[in-house]
Amino acid sequence: MRYLDEFNDPALARRQFDAIAELVTRPWALMEVCGGQTHSIVRNGIDQLLPDQVRLIHGPGCPVCVTPLETIDKALAIAARDDTIFCSFGDMLRVPGSHDDLFRIRSNGGDVRVVYSPLDAVRIAEEHPDKQVVFFGIGFETTAPANAMTVVEARRRSLTNFSMLVSHVLVPPAIAAIASSPDSLVDAYLAAGHVCTVMGTEQYDPLVERFGVPIVVTGFEPLDVLEGIRRALVQLEDGRAELENAYPRAVARTGNAAAQKVLAEVFEVCDRAWRGIGVIPQSGWRLSEAYRDLDAEYRFEVSDLHVEESPLCRSGEVLQGRIRPNQCEQFGTTCTPRRPLGATMVSSEGACAAYYQYRRLDVVQEV
Amino acid sequence: MAEHAEVTTGSIDPGAWSCPLPLRDHPRIVTGHGGGGRLSQELIEHLFRPAFGGTADDPSHDSVVLPMPTGGRIAFSTDSYVVTPVIFPGGTIGDLAVNGTVNDLAMSGAVPSALSVAFILEEGLELATLGLIAESMGRAAEVAGVQLVTGDTKVVEARERGGLTITTAGFGAIADDVTLGPRQVRPGDKILLSGPIGEHGMAIMSLREGLEFASELRTDSAPLTGLVQTMLATAPGAVHALRDATRGGFAAVLCELAEGAGTGLEYDERAVPVPEAVASACSFLGLDPTHVANEGKLVGVVAAEHAEAVLEAVRAHPYGRDAVLVGEVVDEHHGIVVARTGLGAKRVVDLPLGEQLPRIC
Repeated sequence: MRYLDEFNDPALARRQFDAIAELVTRPWALMEVCGGQTHSIVRNGIDQLLPDQVRLIHGPGCPVCVTPLETIDKALAIAARDDTIFCSFGDMLRVPGSHDDLFRIRSNGGDVRVVYSPLDAVRIAEEHPDKQVVFFGIGFETTAPANAMTVVEARRRSLTNFSMLVSHVLVPPAIAAIASSPDSLVDAYLAAGHVCTVMGTEQYDPLVERFGVPIVVTGFEPLDVLEGIRRALVQLEDGRAELENAYPRAVARTGNAAAQKVLAEVFEVCDRAWRGIGVIPQSGWRLSEAYRDLDAEYRFEVSDLHVEESPLCRSGEVLQGRIRPNQCEQFGTTCTPRRPLGATMVSSEGACAAYYQYRRLDVVQEV
Repeated sequence: MAEHAEVTTGSIDPGAWSCPLPLRDHPRIVTGHGGGGRLSQELIEHLFRPAFGGTADDPSHDSVVLPMPTGGRIAFSTDSYVVTPVIFPGGTIGDLAVNGTVNDLAMSGAVPSALSVAFILEEGLELATLGLIAESMGRAAEVAGVQLVTGDTKVVEARERGGLTITTAGFGAIADDVTLGPRQVRPGDKILLSGPIGEHGMAIMSLREGLEFASELRTDSAPLTGLVQTMLATAPGAVHALRDATRGGFAAVLCELAEGAGTGLEYDERAVPVPEAVASACSFLGLDPTHVANEGKLVGVVAAEHAEAVLEAVRAHPYGRDAVLVGEVVDEHHGIVVARTGLGAKRVVDLPLGEQLPRIC
């Protein structure tokens, strides 16, 4: 696998920064939608090196961060059962529920396993026919095809002890929700490249038209991010609002047809609560009627949940770009990655965690 | 740092024992307590150290330096090995256990002489596997110039993996004129890294996760006594501190040095050699190469005026051919490590919290 160093070249980056500085004539605010982009921006210090007039607003595109608290609590309740092996991507283990996290469930004897592929959970289900094996299927459109294939595979193998707790979220409705907000500050959006690799770019045409904002499909390496920023600024300065693809090496206009086919079969669109933001209509996927028997929500009676969000956590405002992480009073004091109040402090893609990890010095100096 | 403000230190009254903050976050042991990051550090600082008492005053070293009643000093150290799989590209849990303790001793400037070995074997472990591991230990001891002199064997009921745990302990003499440690570190010193990072951790991880594109990765496990003695001989007094970059990786070593020394450290991100296969595998799994374990790499803090000479000596040694100077000790942001990014910005480098968590996309 090459193309890591090439897209991190300091000389080329310098040229892009110069080009951006030259074209900007007034203040603009851009939102990078995806948490992977936030991570890249903060880790590499891209925002520090942009002209003061360009402000980056960190969007809600961290799937770990927006998974609703109630779903986390459900996951914890299922994972604590004696008859269950609960499989999850590693990110989710430290996300705080109302009272616990998956790490603590594990240290109390729960069988919680980190997997790198959802198909590992199918294998585990085959190896443990006496156990219920549940996979925590979260993420944006990017991770959905693998989860959909896993459900299809479990069905093909006639596994009766496998199910998936699904909390998928979709990017376009989130952009629409932010853009329709009367106090939205965002002048242009950097759309999430890998989401578009799966879904294509056609879903974004109506958004450009309806809200009159530029949307630039953008990658994740430093030069990818800079190219996305530059193209969005060129449009803004020209007074244009168009859909552009600045990540053509990974994104085709129609996306991945095979993936879309299996997604359409396995999932159906539903309303979804986003942690810290609230319910966004038609912004999620759940398992379709045909696969409901593999849906952990239906298989396990989880009641008696006392969902309780920290009253101090302002992650909702962070996720909507209303405040920067270090403008929250709890940042770095009562809320740290070790003792997170909210999910944005947990995931490496969460804006709060990225600021804490890479920007603590600025914060120390500001105090 | 903010981390320390909320920490309570001091003795524990056994009659009214309550776990001091922040251990209270986790009423039971979680994996991260063994990960070499913040949680491990807190366990030592707030549970073991108050309970054990004692006078060892340099917490950031993997081995302790003790005066001998008969004169002179020795370094003493112990470590346990639980890696799975037990045999991996380039090594086994056995040679890892030998080299690991040898290196912990070598970083104090000691020349290790003898090791003890304790095995906890799980029921069902194949004798052929154990034989292979024992042979690899014998070979590693020979290469490292140490003797395996005493040991113990216990068998426990088979759990899931039918594997084994190896604990080694050892000692070695330290020359009279050698004193290494964070307290010797001073602003202006250069930071030396003995070679490319991340090979051991990603070799294991790639094997576990079946990443075929990273299949050429092998552990870098190696005894570093010779390399350390070469450095010390090049310019007496010039080497101020040494750490082997094992659990927690290069970043954790720098953080511990900065905290122990009470100085700031800065390094150039692009100066740190990361093999392409390591970079690819890390990118794929969402890991940071600077947090990945090494088993044959050291970080040295060297007086600036001798840094080039020491670097040259390290490069002439087979275990230091690709050594580089990556940064320096500074008299600002005390206790904090800062990386200069490829693009010219600066960012804080932190200890990994517990075990590394792969990102999901």
